[in-house]
Amino acid sequence: MRTIEVAEVRKKVGELLRHSAHSLPEDYLEAMRRARVEEQSPSGQEVIEILLENASYAEAETVPTCQDTGMAILFVEVGQEVRFSGGEIGAALQDATRDAYSDLRKSVVSDPLLRVNSGDNTPALIHWEIVAGDGLRISTLQKGFGAELMSRVQMFPPAIGEEGVYDFVLETIETAGPNACPPLIVGVGIGGSLDTVGLAAKKALLRPIGSVSEAPHVAKMEGELLDAINGLGIGPQGLGGFVTALAVHVEVLATHIAALPLAVNLNCSAPRRATLEL
Amino acid sequence: MSRTVCAPLDEETVRSLRAGDRVAMTGRIYTARDAAHKRLVEAMERGEDLPLPLAGQVIYYVGPAPAKPGAVIGPAGPTTSGRMDPYTLPLLERGVAGLIGKGSRSEEVKAALVRHGAVYFGAIAGASALLARQIRSSRVIAYPDLLSEAVRELEVEAFPLFVVNDCHGGDAYQAAREAYRRVR
Repeated sequence: MRTIEVAEVRKKVGELLRHSAHSLPEDYLEAMRRARVEEQSPSGQEVIEILLENASYAEAETVPTCQDTGMAILFVEVGQEVRFSGGEIGAALQDATRDAYSDLRKSVVSDPLLRVNSGDNTPALIHWEIVAGDGLRISTLQKGFGAELMSRVQMFPPAIGEEGVYDFVLETIETAGPNACPPLIVGVGIGGSLDTVGLAAKKALLRPIGSVSEAPHVAKMEGELLDAINGLGIGPQGLGGFVTALAVHVEVLATHIAALPLAVNLNCSAPRRATLEL
Repeated sequence: MSRTVCAPLDEETVRSLRAGDRVAMTGRIYTARDAAHKRLVEAMERGEDLPLPLAGQVIYYVGPAPAKPGAVIGPAGPTTSGRMDPYTLPLLERGVAGLIGKGSRSEEVKAALVRHGAVYFGAIAGASALLARQIRSSRVIAYPDLLSEAVRELEVEAFPLFVVNDCHGGDAYQAAREAYRRVR
């Protein structure tokens, strides 16, 4: 057994959340620099230029890139040989969130109907996974909800096939238009069940831009969807252009013979994501 | 090139703006997003006085991040405007002349912009840190319990915007999408 102090986890995760609020990942910045060259619409080029300038200004000044520093979503992979000491790990992760958001925007209401702000951006949404070994890996996604609001999940019959998947994804992007803050990162989950398909789409957003599915038929779908999305004309900020999305990541799951669950999770052009290993 | 406009907006300025125009706005504007809109419209329905003037005014859909010590305001980019659509008509009826946000508006709101002579501007969403630099002062004037959703009075200088929907029925998003659409 390996013992990990929860106080250490709290400190490290708090620092990570604080840092990624003002520092966007390098693979995203690299993709945006490429997009600036590829985009042919003058408005689109201008928007990409401004977003890159905003990213470097935010990093230099240590201010958030976007006022919506999101809801903290944590993906925790715990080695089965790990033992936590000094407190409860779930509570430590909520404390880490509270610490990090002390000077970030509080964007969480405790109840969706009563809508009273929780005051400290908790609860973080935590997804647990038990894995082999004695490691601890935590990935964070600080999800702005402009893009989350335009995301969709639906249960389809198998008969819709690949064609139906394309139509649903494109319809989602078309409806989102400028609302989700393009250039987007598009996470698609296919299969599983109502609960897991959405999670698969969300996990797809953790993949670095430029990564390709290991399954050839899924990789092909990712490429074709990206081309089709970028043919919609929406462009950066919806001001027209050929860069509506930077990447499409598709995750597939085993499912029942009776269904084809489908989820599309959109990430805005400010992907606050990071990973730490302990 | 962007042209300078002053807030509050006068009728002549509103009439002269066209979808797609780049604008640098200077003057006084007010912030309100979901929860504040709900309260404002409910107060109007009850016939109560409102905490801000409406005629000719500009409303910015934003919930800023907390300010760093010594800063005027934290990052302050636009939020999704469509969520304010259900509350927008009564505000336009009372003379609100400008709206700032991001994303598409409903057909009802677009028609009301034409009917009442008002403009919907877009700000670059996600450029929040840069936008905050153009805000010279910020003061909470109502609903402080709503935290970032409180109503603020802002003084802005050369605040960069583009006209999305003008008062003549022009729609910059729609025109842009049609210009760059490639049939799949």
